[in-house]
Amino acid sequence: MARYLLRRLAFLVVSLALASVVLFVLLRLLPGDPANALTSVGASPEQIAAARHSIGSDRPLPEQFTHWLGQLAHGDLGTSFVSSLPVGPEVTSRLDVTVPLTLAAFVLAVLIAVPAGFVAAYKRRTWYGALLSAVSQLGIAIPVFWLGMILIAVFALNAGWLPAGGFPPDGWSEPAEAIRSLVLPVVTIALVMSASLIRYVRSATLDVLGSDYLRTARALGSSFGRAMWRHGLRNSSVPVISVLAIELASTLLGAVVVESVYALPGLGSMLATGIAQHDYPVVQAVLFVSTLAVLLIGFAADLVQRVVDPRLRGRLSGGTR
Amino acid sequence: MSIKKTSLYGTATAASLALALTACGGSGTGGSATGGSYDKGATVNIGSLYEPQNLDNTAGGGQGVTEALNGNVYEGLFKLTDDGKVDKLLARDYKVSGDGLTYTFTLRDGVKFHSGKALTSQDVKYSLQKVLADDSQSARKSNLEVVKDIATPDARTVKVTLSKKSISFVYNLSYVWIINSQAKNLKTTEDGTGPYKLGRWTRGSALGLDRYAGYWGDAASNQKVVFHYYKDATALNNALLTNAVDVVTSEQSPDALDQFKSNQNYKVSDGNSTTKLLLAFNDKAKPFTDVKVRQAVSSAIDDKKLLESVWAGYGKLIGSMVPPTDPWYEDLTKVNAYDPAHAKQLLAEAGYAKGFSFTLDTPNYDPHPTAATFIKSQLAKVGITVKINTITPDEWYTKVYKNHDFTATLQEHVNDRDLVWYGNPDFYWGYDNKQVTQWVEQAEEASTTADQTALLKKVNEKTAQDAASDWLYLYPQIVVASSKLSDYPLNGLNSQFYAYDIKKKG
Repeated sequence: MARYLLRRLAFLVVSLALASVVLFVLLRLLPGDPANALTSVGASPEQIAAARHSIGSDRPLPEQFTHWLGQLAHGDLGTSFVSSLPVGPEVTSRLDVTVPLTLAAFVLAVLIAVPAGFVAAYKRRTWYGALLSAVSQLGIAIPVFWLGMILIAVFALNAGWLPAGGFPPDGWSEPAEAIRSLVLPVVTIALVMSASLIRYVRSATLDVLGSDYLRTARALGSSFGRAMWRHGLRNSSVPVISVLAIELASTLLGAVVVESVYALPGLGSMLATGIAQHDYPVVQAVLFVSTLAVLLIGFAADLVQRVVDPRLRGRLSGGTR
Repeated sequence: MSIKKTSLYGTATAASLALALTACGGSGTGGSATGGSYDKGATVNIGSLYEPQNLDNTAGGGQGVTEALNGNVYEGLFKLTDDGKVDKLLARDYKVSGDGLTYTFTLRDGVKFHSGKALTSQDVKYSLQKVLADDSQSARKSNLEVVKDIATPDARTVKVTLSKKSISFVYNLSYVWIINSQAKNLKTTEDGTGPYKLGRWTRGSALGLDRYAGYWGDAASNQKVVFHYYKDATALNNALLTNAVDVVTSEQSPDALDQFKSNQNYKVSDGNSTTKLLLAFNDKAKPFTDVKVRQAVSSAIDDKKLLESVWAGYGKLIGSMVPPTDPWYEDLTKVNAYDPAHAKQLLAEAGYAKGFSFTLDTPNYDPHPTAATFIKSQLAKVGITVKINTITPDEWYTKVYKNHDFTATLQEHVNDRDLVWYGNPDFYWGYDNKQVTQWVEQAEEASTTADQTALLKKVNEKTAQDAASDWLYLYPQIVVASSKLSDYPLNGLNSQFYAYDIKKKG
């Protein structure tokens, strides 16, 4: 297990390094000059050159890259070109919105999708089983911003139960207000996410229901519930965990849409603004943190799968247990 | 000048050119008096699309920092009023020498910074130098470069010597914040003399201002102001509908207005803005080198119909670069007014009886694509073919503004008093008229504002007759507020929003 962990850790570091090169280079390939943002209209070529110099965008790319890596090594995410304020504290403050948003949405989606997917599979010949399948199909087709707008119209504008958007200026020091403003965004993400999850849970369950080992367990006198619990769930959960990890990662990255619909000061909206402004340090920082999060999620999913399914432990760590 | 570049992302406005955006207009007071029955302890929630980048207006704070802090947290020696006049603020009085080169300002007594330090002439000197510094990104820097020397004979007196006469000097000073010379970290904190001090700033979300107890003047009519920032107009309108904000500084979507107009809980006010939508010709590129072609194009476009379709009756027609709040405003809508028959005749005279075709570089955000399509259909009627080339704000800045690589373009210019750019032949639109350049220079060196006004009126008339550009319309300045609110600013709010007079009923 220790060897395995070590290998995973090395993999993580290498992936992160590769990702940082790719995102650094790709950003520089975008059209547009960040110095535009720093000079007023009517700026002379000298002023524009001075602006480039002040943010270091006139230096060779490898030098800019090593400078950035050097900062990262010291835990410094850099300084925004546009605001000339450090990026790190802003990322932290925005994680206060994005992390609870993503995790709450994820948990809610799982709570909806696992029972619903199971019912959709087990009771697939009943009307409600079919209905669940149909509804989940529909849910996959709904664009998240559209669902957001509908929820705002119904629960905020008409009913007036919840805020239409925004986050309390004092953040989590007003927990009730903060939670209230996250309810609709969480529901929006969870509904869309659970729609696709239901499909996965359903097909994973169907596989298990038709499997030999379940039939064998039943034949040996185990009740359906007990057989499902001991053998079925474990088997079906392995592929579902992979899907869950992917869903969690994509929600974290995809929060940008929901954050802009609900005017939330999260990581996603920071990224959108940063891209629009050619604010490379901001974009780099957000993408770097997101990449790290995605890699960590993948790592965690792997570990959970190995706990759930002992066979994986043998396969992945080279045969020793 | 300034040209406003908005993009899909609200704050991206600030990205490219907002640094060049300067304040315009002043603070009128909106709404009717409430008869004194208002809550002195109220919090006023203001919704805006323009979040500050940082809190320093000489370091790229952008349009949002002017909106939130100008007049509220920081004050100048002078302030610009709603009808475009300049009032004394921190300057109690001033004298101009006979040659017009030396200005002596006496400071108001009893003014304290929020840190508690008393205002002295050193602070004024420091603040001016900060705007003029090499690394300053202030949009007013070039206007103030006439400053040759700043002396502080005593703590209450500032003596500024100019290298040449500048009648706009006092007006330009209304944009210079007086900052405590010992203040640090001005990008995230402040030390001004205004009626509010900075409360909490949550980046990406909101900025709060709290009433400052030690203010030298009349205390603010409310306890606290919070600017809430949104990325798009829909979210902003939703916030207003759900009472998350009490007032929207500048409504950008006419479609949304009906729901407020028909609801007695809201008041919709239509003020004067200084934002002009321009069809800017490249006056140095064929065929727009020919004045008749420019006049023909201007006459062929029905501006009234365009304004109606974009702003549904709000806004104004202008026949020149000058909005009604500039002192040299004249109604020139009759010059090159809509007349397609006349346009055809002018084209024939210019040798384009069969018309011609040109490319219109069109920024990709509203209202430019709409305006471009409209112009295309209008010009088709007189035989001119328009090819619409949609570009991003960034491309516009590089291609059109820096490289002058265009035939015609659409752009919004937000500032007050920006007629003077027609005196600069190197400006992107390439209008080059020696007489106009001279008038603009003379106007700046005029001894009286009457002389200045007379000269700039000439510039106004000449550029209109020459159809230097086609000024399509003046944007409306629409403020939507809860009917609980009164005395909020109405006009010219592109950048300034004085919040201290706002009263809110309990």
